[in-house]
Order: sequence, then C-alpha cells, then structure tokens
Amino acid sequence: MQEPNILVVDDEGDFLETLMNRLKKRKIATAGCGSGEEALRLVKETAFDVVVLDIKMPGGMDGIQALREIKKIRPDTEVILLTGHASIETSMEGMQLGAYDYLLKPIKLEDLLEKLAQALERKGTAAHRAQSDAIRKLVKKE
Amino acid sequence: MTRTLYSKLQWKIVVLTLIVTFTPLLLLGVVIYRQFAQMYTEKIKEQIRFRAESRADAVDLFLTERTAILGAIADTDSLRDMTDEAILSRKLAVMNLRAGAFVDLGVIDRNGQQLAYVGPYDLKGKNYFDQPWFEQVMSKGVYISDVYLGFRKLPHFIIAVRRQEQQENWILRATIDPDIFARIVQVGHIGKTGDAFLVSKEGVLQTKPRFSGGILQQAPVNPTLFGKQTMGYEQTGSDRRQTLFAGTWLKAKDWLLVISGDVESDMAELFATRNMQILIIGLGIIAIVATTVFTTRMMVKQLVQTETRMREMDAQLIQADKLAALGKMAAGVAHEINNPLAVILQKTGWLQDLLDEEEFRKSPNREEFGASVKKIEEHVERARKVVHNMLGYARRMEPRLEDVDVNRTINQTVDILENYARNNNIDIQTDLSPNLPIIAGDPAQLQQVILNLVNNAIDAIGRDGTISVKSMADTSQIRIVVADDGPGIPEAMQKKVFDPFFTTKSTGKGTGLGLWISYSIVEKMGGSLALQSRENQGAAFTITLPIVQPASK
Repeated sequence: MQEPNILVVDDEGDFLETLMNRLKKRKIATAGCGSGEEALRLVKETAFDVVVLDIKMPGGMDGIQALREIKKIRPDTEVILLTGHASIETSMEGMQLGAYDYLLKPIKLEDLLEKLAQALERKGTAAHRAQSDAIRKLVKKE
Repeated sequence: MTRTLYSKLQWKIVVLTLIVTFTPLLLLGVVIYRQFAQMYTEKIKEQIRFRAESRADAVDLFLTERTAILGAIADTDSLRDMTDEAILSRKLAVMNLRAGAFVDLGVIDRNGQQLAYVGPYDLKGKNYFDQPWFEQVMSKGVYISDVYLGFRKLPHFIIAVRRQEQQENWILRATIDPDIFARIVQVGHIGKTGDAFLVSKEGVLQTKPRFSGGILQQAPVNPTLFGKQTMGYEQTGSDRRQTLFAGTWLKAKDWLLVISGDVESDMAELFATRNMQILIIGLGIIAIVATTVFTTRMMVKQLVQTETRMREMDAQLIQADKLAALGKMAAGVAHEINNPLAVILQKTGWLQDLLDEEEFRKSPNREEFGASVKKIEEHVERARKVVHNMLGYARRMEPRLEDVDVNRTINQTVDILENYARNNNIDIQTDLSPNLPIIAGDPAQLQQVILNLVNNAIDAIGRDGTISVKSMADTSQIRIVVADDGPGIPEAMQKKVFDPFFTTKSTGKGTGLGLWISYSIVEKMGGSLALQSRENQGAAFTITLPIVQPASK
C-alpha cells in the first residue's frame, strides 16, 4: 500500500518538525514548510493528498490566501485548516473556499489523524480508502 | 457626606426662597396697613372736627336765639309792667312757646334786688348784687353766665340783659333748662362710645358728659390747648385707651364745645381689617413655607435619585468597558498561548512515541517518564480548556437572533442538571410565569447563562439545599431569578464575581469564566445580570432581558 502523501504548513518550526516526525513514525509520508509561498511551490511540484494548513502565518501570504491558490492549482487536494485563534468567520471563510475542515490548536494527534482519515475517505478511490482505513487503525491504537 | 451636602442645599434653597418671598409680602402688608390706617385715622379725625364745628354752630344759634328773645321781651315792656308777676309769667309762657328751654324769669333792679320772679324756685326778694354775673351784665348789657350753683344750689346758667328805661337800669334774667341744653350739646356725639360736652375756659365742665364726670367737675381736656380754629388731638387715658378730641370755641360764649371719640371703637373696622390682613398673610406664609419645603424636598430627592442612577450607570459602563477590553485581550492571549501549547502537546506526543521504542522499553525509568509525560499532557489539556473558554467568549460576541421561549429554555436547562442536583440532595424548584412573551435572542446562549447560574448554585450549596428558578414579566422586560440557600457571597467579593478568572472553587474545578461569560452574553442581549446576596443568606442572580419582539416571518 502506498503511503498517503501529506503536506504540513506552519510557521512554528518546533510544531512543524515534531508533527512531521510523529506522522512519519506512523508511516505517513509527510512534507513540511513554514510559509504560504513555499507551500505553493511544493504543491506545484507534488500532488499531495492532504494539506494541513495553519491559518495565521506571518509574511505576505496567510493560510486563507494559500488555500485559495492551492485550490486553484490542485482542486482535488483536501485542505485541513489549523488555527490558534478561534475566529469563526475566518474558519467559515476557509470552508467556503473549499477547505475540508478546521482544527483548533493545540491539536491532539488522534484528532488530526481522524480528520486525515475522513479527508482521504472523501477522495473516493480504493487506494485512498485503504489509506484511510490504515489511519483509522492508528487512531484506535492511540 | 453627600447626604449632609444635599441637606444643606435643601435648607439653603428653603431659606432663600422664604426670604425672597416673605420680605416683599411683609413689606407690602405693613405699608398698605400703615397707609390705610393713616387714611382711616384722618377720616375719623376729620369727622370729629366737623361734628365739633357744626355742633358749636347749633349751640351758638341756641344761645343767640335765647339771648335775642330775652332782649326783645325786655325792650318791649316797661319795668312797671314787668314787675307784675302775672305779666311776667305770661312772658315766660310765650318765650317757652316760641323758643323753649327757659326755666324761670326774673326782674332785678340796679341794686341787685329781685323785683319779680316766676319759676319753680323760691327766689323772690333775693339780692344778686354780690353775684359775679350781676356786675358783668350791668357793664356789658348782655351776659351769659358760666354754670354755677347760685341760691337754688343746683347747677345752672343764666342769660341776662340790661334795659335802660329813662334813668332807670334794670335786668331781665332767665335760667336755661340745663337738661335741654345738655341734650342739644350731646346730640353732637358720634357712635356708641363718643361724647359731646361744653367746657369753660377754666376747664370746668358746663354740661354733663355721657359717661364720666359730672357738671362743674374738671373736664378731661385742657381748653388752653385749643386755638381759635377747630382743632383735634389724641390723648391716651390712664386706662391706656386712646381718645380723640376735637374742640371749637363758641361765638356766643367763651365755652369750648368738645367732641370725643374712642379710638378703639371708632377704629374697630380698621382693626378688623388689620386682623383679616394678618390672618391672610399668616395663612399665606404657612402655605408658602409648606410649598417651599415640599417642593425643595421633592427636588432634592430627584437630584439624589438622578445621581444614584448616574453612579449606577457609570459603574455599569465601567464594567462593560472592562469586559469588552478583556474580550479583545482574551482573543489575543488565546492565540499566543495556543501556539506554545500546540508545540508542547506535540513534543509530549513525540516523547511518548519515543518511549514506545525498543531501547526505552527496557529503561528502568520508563514508567516514571511515561507518567510525567501524561501529567504534562493533562495540564496542557487544562490550559487548553481555559483558553478555549476564553475563545468561546470571543466567538460568542455576535449572538444569533432566534425565537426564545424563556420558560422552555429554563426547563431544558433544569432537566440537564436535575440528576446532578438530586445526587447532592439539592431540590430545584421552578416558579415560571405562564405569560412570558416569546422574545428574539439566542436560546443556546441563554441556556448557557442559566446553566452557569444553576451550576454555580449547586456548587455553592454543596449538599442539602434548595435552588429556586423563577421567571416573571412586565410590559417591557422579562426577569429570571436563580436563587439558592447556600452560604451567600461576602460583600467584599460581590464586586468581583463578574470579573474573569475570579473563582471561589478549588483549583482545577472552576475556570472563573462562567459568570464573566454569562454577564457578557446577557449584556449582548441588551439585558443585565445582577447579584443580590448576604453572607449566610444565600445568593440570587437576576437576569433582566428586554422584551424584543421577534421579526415577523
């Protein structure tokens, strides 16, 4: 079975690194970057299954703008938004722009895995469903 | 302090108003009364003077008439005829028929010897040579005597005329009836207490006054005070009664005709007016004092109320400002805290992951590490909850507008907590007004508020107690009261209960955000949340919501 291909975007390096390590340890192929611009570059190169995107990032491009661009380049890529600031308006805006769902920081790994499983399942292909099931098993184990 | 200030203000206003009102009122009263009294006194004096003058004329006329008749009788008959007492008697009869008031008539020769006499007294043969009037009449020709006793030993006065017949001088003398004369004089008196009498220039009464003194006694007035003109003056008697006198000297005789009037009785009308004036002013003053005190009290009371209301509003504004600022801060703080929390949580997760690896499984401290990591995760979770509550508040800034059935919301909330309460032997009683209108609001938020309040009440009681939830409505607002019979909230803490992070619950049990959020929610709905409590007498929270009609659909 092919590992699901995930991109995590967050400006908080410690968070990004640790989360990537934890996902990789669970056999989830994970790339990571710290800004919206870099995320766009990576998305252009690779067709990720799911992008986990922090809404609030410094610099020119925040999560919402990045989401808009990602959806333009790869409409099939599912996006899960992360936010440390529970602004319902921003989250709703993200949902309207095509984000799959949002999670409130600090996140528990099992919550993220559950959302990833759901997002993969939604993609509909047999391969994705298998990936989704595998992740669900991980959730149960946690 | 404020109370004394207002009390002072009240009295200042009262005193000032009274001074400003009374001064012109009293001044006006005094001036008008004085003017009126002066006019009235003038009028009475004038009246008495007029009476004295006219009465003097009448008395003068009486005396002149009598003198003229006597003269005419003397001139028409000879001494020889006149000494015939029958003729003399007839003369007296004619004189009384035509003029009256003659008592007797006598004929006296130049030696003072009475030659003939007709009258009631036995005076025949008396000699008048030594009488003072005899000399007067012999020298002047006509004489009116002062009142004297004479041979008859009764007060009387006479009119005498001298007749020169060839070489012979004789006198015709008549006595005037003192009663008739006195009556003519007394007709001049005014009113019930007024008097009229004649006084000789020596100050001896010539007629009997109506009330005090008798004929030939000293008169109550000093005739030397009266000049040629009719004059009036005022005199205070020994009994302190004021008497007005007016006197006119007669022309026919050096007698003073005096008219007197008692000031008090003559002025009775004036005094009645004065008393009425005093009564009206008195009543006016009472009315003014009462009105001034009443209106000032009302005004000051209004002022106090307004100030109290303003203070309350100020306090509410400050509280609202504080909470709004805290709301903004909460959102920022939440973000700043959530990011490190997210890192910590991932790091502990990673630690956990590593501990599961083979090399660590054998480590003697693995259990200890695992337990520590779990503890860290637990406390991150606690911090996360606090922040989420704060964010929850921030998120709840904009309530939705739906139809709210307040009673239903209360019942739903009580249902949720009933089991928990029963486990602690706490009875939740509801007393809901059936007439509550449906209002526009956010039912979920209202439920959260009620939930917070009832939950707090349960926590406050601990075990064994009663919580009452009541709803009621008037024309403009709905009130929900959640009351418990728990230990109550000390006064010092009452101001802080709505502040964020203020809690009396043990660490980890309460975040101290429940009342803060509830307060904010109710404020957002246009209402207010208030606390009434006394130590050891329970606490009651009152939610007041404006009745906002739902938009018609």
